[in-house]
Amino acid sequence: MNSSTSASAPSSDVVPCTDLSCRAPLFILLKSSAVWLVLSSLFGFLATMTFHKPDIFADCSVLTYGRLRGVSSSMFLYGFCLQAGIATMLWLFVRIGRTPLVHGVVTCAGAALWNLGVTIGVIGIFSGDMTGFETLEMPRYAALVLFIAYTVLGIVAALTLRNREPGTFSVSHWLLIAALFWFPWIYSTANLLLLTFPVRGVTQSVIAWWYANNLQFVWFSLVGLGTGFYFIPKLANRVLHSTCLAAISFWFLILFGSWGGIPNRAPVPAWMPALSTIGTVLTVFVLLTVAMNACRTLGCGIPNDLPEEDRLPLRFIKFGLFAFLLAGAMNIIGSLLQVSSYTDFTWFVPAKAGLQSYGFFAMTLFGAIYYFAPTLVAGKFWCPKLARAHFLLAAAGVILGLLPLAIGGVVQGSQLLNPATPFMDIVKHTVMFIRISSIGDILLLAGNVIFAINLIGGIIRYYRAQVEVIYTAATADVIAAGGRP
Amino acid sequence: MNYGPLIFLAAFFALATSWFGFVLKPQMQIGQLSQTVTVPGNDTYPLNRAGLAQQGAEVYRANGCASCHSQNVRQFGTICEVVLTATGTNQTALIAALREIKAGASDQEIASFLTGLPKQLVIGPSRAVADKAVDSIKSAGGKTVMHIKPAGPELARGWGERQSVAEDFLYDSPVMLGSQRVGPDLAAVGMRLSDVNWHLRHLYNPRLEVKGSVMPSYRFLFEKRKLAAGASPDALVLSAGAGVPADAQIVPKREAIALVAYLTSLRSQEPLFTAPYSTATPPASSGTNAPGTNAPVAGASPTTNSTTTPAPAK
Repeated sequence: MNSSTSASAPSSDVVPCTDLSCRAPLFILLKSSAVWLVLSSLFGFLATMTFHKPDIFADCSVLTYGRLRGVSSSMFLYGFCLQAGIATMLWLFVRIGRTPLVHGVVTCAGAALWNLGVTIGVIGIFSGDMTGFETLEMPRYAALVLFIAYTVLGIVAALTLRNREPGTFSVSHWLLIAALFWFPWIYSTANLLLLTFPVRGVTQSVIAWWYANNLQFVWFSLVGLGTGFYFIPKLANRVLHSTCLAAISFWFLILFGSWGGIPNRAPVPAWMPALSTIGTVLTVFVLLTVAMNACRTLGCGIPNDLPEEDRLPLRFIKFGLFAFLLAGAMNIIGSLLQVSSYTDFTWFVPAKAGLQSYGFFAMTLFGAIYYFAPTLVAGKFWCPKLARAHFLLAAAGVILGLLPLAIGGVVQGSQLLNPATPFMDIVKHTVMFIRISSIGDILLLAGNVIFAINLIGGIIRYYRAQVEVIYTAATADVIAAGGRP
Repeated sequence: MNYGPLIFLAAFFALATSWFGFVLKPQMQIGQLSQTVTVPGNDTYPLNRAGLAQQGAEVYRANGCASCHSQNVRQFGTICEVVLTATGTNQTALIAALREIKAGASDQEIASFLTGLPKQLVIGPSRAVADKAVDSIKSAGGKTVMHIKPAGPELARGWGERQSVAEDFLYDSPVMLGSQRVGPDLAAVGMRLSDVNWHLRHLYNPRLEVKGSVMPSYRFLFEKRKLAAGASPDALVLSAGAGVPADAQIVPKREAIALVAYLTSLRSQEPLFTAPYSTATPPASSGTNAPGTNAPVAGASPTTNSTTTPAPAK
C-alpha cells in the first residue's frame, strides 16, 4: 500500500540511497509486526485471565484457554519475531553490503503475503484448526501461504546479499545467511512431515521438538546474534573484539544447538534425549564465546560518551544479551537428566522459552529497530520519551513476568515429585505464581502498545510530511503563476 | 582463495546433521513401529480408537487441551519386591535368615511371616539388597519370588502403572504429549476415572467435581434445554448447587460426548515388553501374577511360585 511513495520520496535529504531503497517494504514489515506484537500480548493476557476466573469464557468456543495460548504464541512467533527478524535481516544486508534492496515492490508483496498467512493461521486456530503441535499451531493452509511469502522475501534477501559491495562480508553475514536458509528447511520439514503427510506415532513429537528448538533456539540465536555482532560494536563505537570468537559461537551454535529440544524421559528411544542433552550442554561454548566477545567489546559497560539516540538501542541489545546468556544457561541446566525431572512439565519451560524469545530476541530486535527506523527517513522518527518508557516497561515486564514463572516452575516441579503432596495443593501454589506473573504480562502489554504507537506514529508523521512537501511543490506552480485569478 | 562456498557447505552439513539425527533416523527407527502384544497376556496392543473417541481427539486438539495436560507418565527407576512363597522345612534357619533381612523386627513379626504365605518380605530396595534377601532365604530352604516394579512419584500418584512408551501413541495423529501439567497427566485417565458422567459434569463445570480446580468450564459443549420440551435421556444429573434453573436441563452436545469417549479411551497401561510390570501381590494377599489390571485379583490361590516378572532392560 505504501510501495508507491518510496519512489516519489525526495532525494534531497542526507539519506544514503541504500537505506532509502528499503523504506516502504521495511515500514510494512515493521508496522505489521508491531500490530501482531500488541495483539499477541493482548490475547496472551486474555489467556491468563482464565487463571483468575476460570469460567470467564465458558460459553465461547472460540476463546478457550488452549486456543488463546495458540493464537498468542503464533502471533508472537510468526507475526512479530519472524517478521521483524526478516526486516532486520534485510536492513542489515542493505546496510552492511552497501547496496540497495532489490525489487522493492516484490518485497512489499512478500510482506503483505506473510501477513495474510498469519491472519489466515490465526483465524484457523480460532475456528478450531489448531494443529496440536506447540510453536507450529497454525494449520497447513496458512503454512503454505507463509512458506510462499518467506520464499519471496528470502529470494529478495539473497539477491540483495549477492549485490553487496566487494569486501563487505562480515561475521554477521555468516549467522544471517545460515538463518536465511535454515528456516525454510525446518519449516517445510515440520509442515510436510507433521501436517501434510503425517509420520507415525511419537516420531511426530520428535520432529515437533526438533522444529521448536531450531526455531526458538537456533534461528532466533542466529538472527539475534547476527544483529548483535553488528550493532554492539557499531553503537559502542568500538571494533568487535574477535571475529574468530564470533565464528566459534556460530559453529557451535549450528553444530550443537540444533540437536537440542528432546525432553528427558520422553517416550522415545533413550539415545534421542541423551544426544539432545549432549548437544544442549555443548552450547555452553556459544554462551561463553558470546559473553567474552561482548564483554571485551563493550568493556563491560555502556561507554558514557555516546549520543542519546545510540544509548537506547544499545540498552535494549545489552538487555537482550543478558537474557540470551540466562536463557541459554536455563536451557543447559534444564536439559540435564536430574534437573529436568524437576523442571519438565512445569512453568519453568515457558519461562525459559519466553526469556529466549522475548527477553533476548524481541529485545534485540527492538534495539535494532530503534536504531534503523530513523535511518530510513533521514530525520527524527521516535519520540524519545515513549522509547525510554518502552524500555523500562519491557525490561520490568520480562523480569516480573518470567521470574515468578521460573521460580514457580521449580516449586511446582519439586512438589510434583513428592507424591504425598495432593495435586490440588500444587495447583493452588502454582496459580499464585501465575497471578504474580500477570503483572509482568500487563507491563509487557503496555510496553508493546507504546512501541506500536511510537512506530506507527513515526511512520504517519513521515508520510504526512511527505504529503505536505508534495502538496507544497504541486501548489507552488500555481502560486508562482499568480495564484487564483 | 575464496573460502565462501566451502564455509557455506560446511554450515549446510552442520545443520543437516541434526536433520539426519532427529528427523530421518527417528523415522527409520520408530516411524515403522507396528502393533505389539502385551506381556503377559499376549493381547494385541495398541488397538485403534473407536470412531467416537477419534472425533473426541479432534475436539481435544482443536481446543488446545494439550496446553495444560500432558500424556506422558515418567518412570524414575524401579523398585524390587521380594515375596516369600514357601517356608521350606528348616524353620530355624529360615527364622535366622528372616532376622537378618528384617533387622530390628520383633519375634512376633518374624513369626507372622511363617503363616499365611505368600507375604511381601522386602519392597523398594536396590537390586543387590533384594538379591541378597533371595539368596539367604534360598539357602535356608525357603522359596521367594522377586518382582521388579516401575517406580516414581508420577506412578505413585496413580497416573499410571508404568511409564509411557512409543507404542502407546501408534494411532495418535497428532501426538499430543503436552509440555505442561497445569492439570494432571491424562495418559491413563480412562483407567482411573472411567465414569462417563463424571467427565461430562467435570467438563460442564470442573468445580462441581474437583474443589478448587482452575480448569475452565467448557459450557459451550453443552446445551441448556427447557424441561418442558421433554426430559432428555442424556441430560446431566447435577446437584442443586450447580446453578441450573429447575425448569432446565443440561444436555451434552456431540462434541462433549466424543471428547469424553476420547478421555476414557486413554488407557496406556497394559504391560508391554518395553514397559513391563507385574500387577501381582498387594501386600500379603496373593502371590499370583495376574495378567492385567482388567482382571482384578480376588482370592487367587497362593500356590504359584514359578512365574516371574520379565526383567526390565536395566
